[in-house]
Amino acid sequence: MAQFVLFDEEFQQIKEVIGRLRADAQAKVVFIVDKNGQQIAAQGDLEALDTTSLASLTAGNVAATDGLAKLIGEKEFPVLFHEGERDNVYISIVGQRVILVVIFDERSSLGLVRLRVRKANQDLERIFVAIQAKVESEKERRTDGVDSPFAEITDDDIDSLFRE
Amino acid sequence: MTFINYAAREINCKIVYYGPGLCGKTTNLQYIYDRTNPAAKGKLISLATETDRTLFFDFLPLDLGTVRGFKTRFHLYTVPGQVFYDASRKLILKGVDGVVFVADSQEARMDANVESMRNLEKNLEDHGFDLNTIPYVLQFNKRDLPTALPADEMYRQLNYKGEPTFEATAPLGTGVFDTLKAVAKQVLMELRKK
Ligand SMILES: Nc1nc2c(ncn2[C@@H]2O[C@H](COP(=O)(O)OP(=O)(O)OP(=O)(O)O)[C@@H](O)[C@H]2O)c(=O)[nH]1
Ligand SMILES: [Mg+2]
Repeated sequence: MAQFVLFDEEFQQIKEVIGRLRADAQAKVVFIVDKNGQQIAAQGDLEALDTTSLASLTAGNVAATDGLAKLIGEKEFPVLFHEGERDNVYISIVGQRVILVVIFDERSSLGLVRLRVRKANQDLERIFVAIQAKVESEKERRTDGVDSPFAEITDDDIDSLFRE
Repeated sequence: MTFINYAAREINCKIVYYGPGLCGKTTNLQYIYDRTNPAAKGKLISLATETDRTLFFDFLPLDLGTVRGFKTRFHLYTVPGQVFYDASRKLILKGVDGVVFVADSQEARMDANVESMRNLEKNLEDHGFDLNTIPYVLQFNKRDLPTALPADEMYRQLNYKGEPTFEATAPLGTGVFDTLKAVAKQVLMELRKK
């Protein structure tokens, strides 16, 4: 079973990149989701937003569109754009593995968002490559006797989760 | 794919409820949603047809509490059971950590159960998973119906690898949390191995 691990260092870097993207693109919200629907990081006016639902629906949307692409013989559709009356959603794929979502209104424009996303995409891709490398090297280290915090999970730990 | 977030000290796991059309997958999630306190759950999202059949998926995020200082989050999904939604069903299995197979106890649905289980086996394989090794729980739902087959008869036909098996009546909640707990436990135990 594959695992995706996020460490503090890269988490801060990701937040920095999407924070900058939000400012540069004059967006309301920028967030990052993995293709399985788990939210990785978010920046912006998040109070009124159900980011967990948003993450799952975005991933579902991308998965459906990916399926569509394959059906007609495309590798993927790297960008999805939904235009609303007030808000617009710009979705792009970073390094084939994570999804970058930008929500913006009339204070910004599609052109500006597209431009800034392109730059941020490169930065993000670099970070995710680094994460991957780190996970690989952690794996090796662990076989040398350094354990994950879950190596010692007991039945009791798990039972306690279900105690009402 | 378990997502371990050391920055936020969270573990996220994905559980998928699989099974033939109308077997009660969505009802399982609805019951869990109704009986979980508001602080521990997010919205239940159902992408359904006008007749309440699942079209793409149901989604329910649950916070189960803390293990070893990490918040454990479970993302529960159901697939659409109707045969012709196979492409969507396959997409939902992406990155799955544990599977619940909900079987319909009615005798007339036995063929549908078997077919759906074969479909699960194949769709898991296409994602590089193996039903033999993935955390897995079997549920016999609709035990309340007079047409329900005896449980041992169902077990004989549907047991895959000696997985934990529960009898359920999902609208009443019978067996629903036992099923969830059994699969969650296997998924967390997997983390020990890494
Ligand atoms: N009598 C009885 N009815 C049940 C039980 N579980 C579910 N049902 C009913 O069966 C019908 C279908 O249930 P759903 O939960 O929507 O089925 P599903 O598996 O999600 O179906 P799809 O979305 O089409 O794949 C509903 O009318 C439920 O109320 C049960 O244990 N006993
Ligand atoms: Mg359903």
